This record gives sequence, C-alpha cells and structure tokens, in this order.
Amino acid sequence: MSVVTVQLGQCGNQIGHEVFNALCSDIHGTHGLCSKKENESYHDCCKERFFCKEESGAPIARAVLVDMEPKVISQTLSMAARSGHWKYNSHSHFCQKQGSGNNWANGYSVHGPRHKEAIMNLVQKEAEKCDRLGGFFTIMSMAGGTGSGLGAFVTQCLRDAFPTSFILNHVIWPYGTGEVIVQNYNSVLTLSHLYQSSDALLVHENDVIHKICAQLMNIKQISFRDVNQVIAHQLGSVFQPTHTAGEGSGYSRNPLGDLMETLVPHPEFKLLGLRNIPQMPENSLAYSTFSWPGLIKHLRQMLIANAKMEEGIDWQVRPPHPGSSIPSTNKPLHFNTSIANLVILRGKDVHDVDLGSFQDPSLYTSWLNPQDAFNAWKTPRAFNKYEKSASLVSNSQFLLKPLDSIVGKAWNMFASKAYLHQYTKFGIQEEDFLDCFTTLEQVISSYTNL
Amino acid sequence: MTQSVVVQVGQCGNQVGCRFWDLALREHAAVNKKGIYDEALSSFFRNIDTRSGGNGPDTYKGKICSLKARALLIDMEEGVVNEILQGPLRDVFDSKQLITDVSGSGNNWAVGHKLYGCQYRENIVEKLRKTAEHCDCLQCFFIIHSMGGGTGSGLGTFVLNLLEEEFPEVYRFVTSVYPSGEDDVITSPYNSVLAMKELNEHADCVLPIENESLFEIVNKIHQMINSGKLGSTVKQNSLVTSSAGSAKTLQERPFDAMNNIIANLLLNLTSSARFEGSLNMDLNEISMNLVPFPRLHYLVSSLTPLYTLADVNVPSRRLDQMFSDAFSRDHQLIRADPKHSLYLACALLVRGNVQVSDLRRNIERLKPSLHFVSWNQEGWKTGLCSVPPVGHSHSLLALANNTCVKPTFIELKDRFMKLYKKKAHLHHYLQIDGMEQSCFSEAISSLSDLIEEYDELDATKGGPRIDPSRLKIAV
Repeated sequence: MSVVTVQLGQCGNQIGHEVFNALCSDIHGTHGLCSKKENESYHDCCKERFFCKEESGAPIARAVLVDMEPKVISQTLSMAARSGHWKYNSHSHFCQKQGSGNNWANGYSVHGPRHKEAIMNLVQKEAEKCDRLGGFFTIMSMAGGTGSGLGAFVTQCLRDAFPTSFILNHVIWPYGTGEVIVQNYNSVLTLSHLYQSSDALLVHENDVIHKICAQLMNIKQISFRDVNQVIAHQLGSVFQPTHTAGEGSGYSRNPLGDLMETLVPHPEFKLLGLRNIPQMPENSLAYSTFSWPGLIKHLRQMLIANAKMEEGIDWQVRPPHPGSSIPSTNKPLHFNTSIANLVILRGKDVHDVDLGSFQDPSLYTSWLNPQDAFNAWKTPRAFNKYEKSASLVSNSQFLLKPLDSIVGKAWNMFASKAYLHQYTKFGIQEEDFLDCFTTLEQVISSYTNL
Repeated sequence: MTQSVVVQVGQCGNQVGCRFWDLALREHAAVNKKGIYDEALSSFFRNIDTRSGGNGPDTYKGKICSLKARALLIDMEEGVVNEILQGPLRDVFDSKQLITDVSGSGNNWAVGHKLYGCQYRENIVEKLRKTAEHCDCLQCFFIIHSMGGGTGSGLGTFVLNLLEEEFPEVYRFVTSVYPSGEDDVITSPYNSVLAMKELNEHADCVLPIENESLFEIVNKIHQMINSGKLGSTVKQNSLVTSSAGSAKTLQERPFDAMNNIIANLLLNLTSSARFEGSLNMDLNEISMNLVPFPRLHYLVSSLTPLYTLADVNVPSRRLDQMFSDAFSRDHQLIRADPKHSLYLACALLVRGNVQVSDLRRNIERLKPSLHFVSWNQEGWKTGLCSVPPVGHSHSLLALANNTCVKPTFIELKDRFMKLYKKKAHLHHYLQIDGMEQSCFSEAISSLSDLIEEYDELDATKGGPRIDPSRLKIAV
C-alpha cells in the first residue's frame, strides 16, 4: 500500500526532502543485519510505499510539493535530483510568486480556494499512480502562513475528496521563543481546524529536537538542516516497513491504518507524540552497545515522566499503585497518563524482547483494556545504521503542557486585540478565533482529565 | 519571485536612491557570476534587449543584456536628476521614468503636495502603471524621501496617497529622513508634521532615519580606521558607508557615506526575499509581524557589523558581538535607545554563515535585558538568508517596533508648535490652492494621537502582569 506525501510551505518542503533522503539511505546503506531475503523484502516494501518506479532509473518520490513562493521548491527539487538515489516528479509541484506572509488567513481564505483545483489535481494524479492508496501524510509547520493556513485548507480538501482514506498530519511546533511573532495565533487556528479533518496529528517540537541536536548529537552550530535530519530519522523509524502481526507475517500492508487503529480510539484524542532512542552522532555508533532491556526501561520511563530525550530523565516519577482509587485530579501532576501506546522495535534479537512493563494497567486510562491500549511492532531488519532502535508513538498527555502554553499566549495576545486587523482583512473574524479557542480548550480539558 | 519598485522623490530621495542602485548592482555582481538574468536580479531590475531601443519586451532568463532599474525618479528641480543621468549610472535608468520640473518646491510642503501633486498627477499615475506592467508580480513600492523639505516631503507623500488609491494590494514601505534639531530649513517642522499625517494614514511601514545618527556612525568608522586600533586591515568594501567596488568613481561627496548606510538598509531588508535561506523572511512577513496595530508602523532599524576585518576566521564571540551591537544606542539609525523603552515587536534578519542555534543563543542571551509588552513577551520574528552582503561573511539587520520613537515625534511636535503659535511663515502655505488652516490642525492632531498611543503602551511597562482569564469549559 502506498502513501502520498504532501509537503506544505518552507518547513514542509525542507523536512519532506530529508525524510525521503533518510528512507533512501536506509535501504541503500548497510544491509540491515538480517537475512538477504528479509532485506530485499524490506527494500521492495519501502519502495512501493513511498516511491514510484520509473524506467529511467532513480525512483520517484510519491509526493506533491506546495508553496506560495518559488525559492524553496526549486531548491528542494534540485537537491533531490543531485543526490542520484531518488528524485521528485518534476511536475508534482505547485507554487506561486508571492508567499503567504505568515498570515494564516491569507493561506486559508485566499490561497486555499484560489488554488484548490490545481493542487487537488496534482494530489489526484499521485493517488492514481498508487496500486492501493494507503492514505496521505502531510508535513507542515504551524507557525507560518502557507504550511499552517493553506495546509489546514488542503487537509479539509483531502478529507472531502477522499472520505475513506487515512490522513496523518505531521505538524511542527515552533520554538517557544519566537520564530514568528504571530505564531501562536497561527498555531491555534491550525490545530483547531486540523482537528476536524485529520485522523491524527503527529507532532515534533523544534525546541525538543534542538536539544537532541545539542546534547545527544553533539552538534556545535546547529542548523535547520540538522534539526530536519533528526526529525526525518524519527519519522523513518515509524514509517519504514514493519511486521505488525507477529513473526513470520509479511510487512504491514496498511501502515497508516494500523497506526490509527492502535492509537486513536476516540476522535477527541488525536495528538500523537514520538520518541526514538538511541540517538547519537554517527561516529559514536561503532563504539556503543545497547541492550534491549536497557532501551525498554529508558523508553518506559521517558513515557511516564514525559521526558523528551534520553538524557535528564526523571526517575522519581512513578505511576500510581494499581487498585488504589486515586481520583484523576490527585494524580501526581508530572505523571504522564496514556490512552494508547505503540512501540516499534528494529534490529538484532528483536523477537525475544519483553515488553510486559508497557502493559502495566496503571500507565493507562481506565477505559481501554491494557492489551488493547498497548501494541508492539517488531522487525529484525535494523534501521539507519542503528543495531537496535526503539520508537514510541504515544497518545498521551505528552503534548498537554506545550498545547496549554500556546493557547495561553495566543489568548493573552487576543485579549489585547493585537494583530487582529491583519487577519480580519482576509476574512478571519474575531468570532472565528473564539471558536478555535473553544475547540482547543475542550481538547486541553479532555487530556487533563484522563 | 516578486518585484519591487523604488520611487525616489526630491533631492535627498534621489541621492539616496542613486547610492541604492549602485550598491544593488555591486551586490548582484558579486553573487551572479554567470551573467544570467535570474529571479533575484529581476526583483529590482528589468533586462532589456537594447537592439529594440528599450521599447521591446523584456528578455527573461538568458544572458544579461541591459539592466534597467525598476524605479521612478521624481524631482521638482533638475540638478540632482541630471547629475545622475550624466554619471556612471546613466544606463541603469530608463529616460522615460523621470518626472522633473525646474523651479523646485521652495521647501514648502504645500507646493509639493497640493500644487505639483495636482499638476503632475496624471503623469505620475501613467508612469507608475508602466513600471507595474513590467512586473510579473509586484509586491512592494519603496518610497525614499526626506521629511523636512518641499518636494520629498510634499510630493513624496502625495505619491504615497496615489499608490494606495491605484495599487491598494501592493505594500508601501517608506524610508523617511527626518530633520535634525539644527536643520537649516526653518519650515522643516511644518513640512515634517504635515508629511507625518500622510505616513500615519497611508504607509504600511515607515523606516525613520535621522541624519545625526548616520553622521555619528560615519565618524565612528573614520575614527576606528584612523586610530590604528584595528590590528589587521579593514576590508574597504565591507564598510557600511563605502562605495568601494561600485560604479561610482568620482570623488565621494559628503552625503555619500551616510546615504550608503540607507542603501545598505534597503538591500538587507530585501535580501531574504531575493536570495535563498533556511528561514525566509519576505516583505509581507515583515509587515505582518511588526505591525500589531495599523498606525503603529514605525520601525527603528540598526545594521551590524559596520565593517569587517580581513581575517577570515570569525570566532563565535565576534558573532555574538554583532547581536549585542544591534541593540546598542549608537548603531540605531535614529537617535533612540530601544533597550530602555518598550518593544512591541522585533525582527532580526541575519545574512551569511549563521545558523539557527547562533540566533537562538543570542536571543536567549539578550532577552532578559529588553522590555517587551505584556501581550508579546516572545515577540521575535527571525529570518536566515544564506547570502551575505559584499565584503562580509555575515550581517544582521534589526527592526524594532519600539516606543523609543516617541521622543523623536515629541520633539517634532514641539518644534512645530513653536512656529505655529507665532503663525510664522504660515502665509507661504495658506496661499497655495487647496491648503487651509485645518490641514495644520488635523496634522498636529494626528501626531498627538500617535504620541498618545505610544504613551499608553509605555504606561504598561514594568507594571504587574495580569494575564486575562482563559475560557472555561464545562466538564
């Protein structure tokens, strides 16, 4: 089953490019520490999922590139072509001459309707090339104008045009200390709209990835390219082929569907966080050894204590004792309650790993059986040069604090009416803002009361 | 890619404009090694096939034949424009894109705005339309003028009005040179305040500049070079005041160094729109992020570094120094101290070999010493452009929407009132058709209102922060 990627705005296009790079270099790199047959099967599955085979050699990414100004797309297309391993379809892109000016209303109300037909035509073409369409993966930032505003509009169009397909939005949360001054407005508008049309939102926060680059990857002068490469690695660890139905079965035929089924049991809870360990500079890999019990223990504590990376985990946080009837308001505030978790393991000796600790009922809310709330996908084929790699995709209170912070800052600005004239001139009124705030306060409340 | 058109009005406007075009050519020549007319060049220049006499269609792509500036030169006396047309830049300007007269405006805003405005209206509109037609996607008009005289101030703001009427969708960025206290034009306060009303109402963004600040920067650079304090040699073409490497070979005139600073300001402002980078910052983003309320659109600017030393390895300490300097009093282009006033918003546009971590580190470092308004505590807009300016490996342009502009406006108002109370020189204005006493009272009232808006914001500075209560959801 194939996935069509839609890259929106500068951020979406820059990250999308790194994702396809990561997928390609994974399958071309070391042969994966598994049998040749397994490796070939992995290779073929990845190719079919993300690339289209053309007679003239380099595989073509199943992607549509969208931006309202031309510089980033032209850079992205040429960098991909230069790699020699893969490229984009030279027709699968849409751009205009003038950007959205960091204005969500401009992206959503002006550019969206104006260019709907052209953009959806490109998406339709890519969808038709797939033997079986597994769904859509959109990449966008929340802070700007195109990715956020036009992205929200395009997601709605995707939902209308493909009512039975899965839509996963990959959303980048901006640095807390501004990249864009109106980023909180744009974020609130984006999240509330995506919540209506998307199946799930997979979130990466710039601040978190930046810390990983600084402390784990030891990069001195961190560039956006470094940040994007870490994000691409984490996404690759989720989207590369996996066995979802136990040893001996083939690779999953429905990656997005499986993801949604395991993680999104209720439409009010769509925010997914991603953690991936270990993460280290490439030249340290040769000197490091990992044990599965060690990795699993760390990952579990990262979940419970809401740690963003493998350093600085708070080991004091413990789940409440099972059986004791502690009402949710009395739970220790820093304990992270989950609705559902998915652990994806790749590499050596993966089938013997004991994941019982993740099935502890005290980690979860009461309304699902722990057996249903927790799933594990194990694949013997190693990923991206890591002998052992463990990823956790979690629908939990991971994003509660950041979400609350964004909504709080946006509300603060809204109360003073600052910048509102920039939005009203493109048709987004104060009432629209209020609706969005209400939607998100509802989401915050739901996650808080888990 | 979008295009911008520069409208230079009056003596000051044209002299600054001339430096701008010179340095723009120099910048593109440094980047564009193959002589191909690319999208970056097209933002400010047309490519004309000279064989068809400049009347033929523009040649897109392909080799550069003849570059013409997307500009309109307006002056009510001929001296300055004639000099430009006889100088080394004569081929850059289309002879049809000029509007001149002989007698000047006599330092009288009313003559510029009402008399010449009326007289030349159609001519101006027609020429503006022509330049707009040559643009694939026109994004912005840059007006360059001074506030204290008659043409730049009066006719310049008339053109501003026209632009809003004829091209409402296109942004209007105005670079205004404000008169200093010792200005030798007696009526400059009248001209400036009358012009301010137009700027309040019709401009999207205004970049106020004061000659005194430019002069101090020029002096500072001279001192640094002549004192021999700098161990290695300074790269001549890196001076923010320098014309080195540009077409100008004549002896530098006194205002050239100061005007080069303004020219560099405009080049840096548009760099991220013209060149690539990992975090682009287009002109419409500047207006969106830095203007929280429509009338508060005055942006204090600063450029760093002022020069580069010849040594190639730049330790990050020096990079950090660049950021610190951007906020210091003596690097601002008007006499203002943003550090001790209140920020409504701040933009940092970095060019060259600087990454996001350097940017973040410096924002974290400088934030505690700056005061931001309560509803915009993280009010930073950032941009990273990979192409540095000529002679530098990196540079920074800081734009601040800050209440430190208030003293400039208050001084202007005081100087105005001194003259107005005595009705000095008023008759020169009132005798012009269309000019009435109410023009003056409305103008001063507009300025007072603006000052009051800044006052109200200042009053919130340092006070207790009470966040408004959030919406409550029934559980």
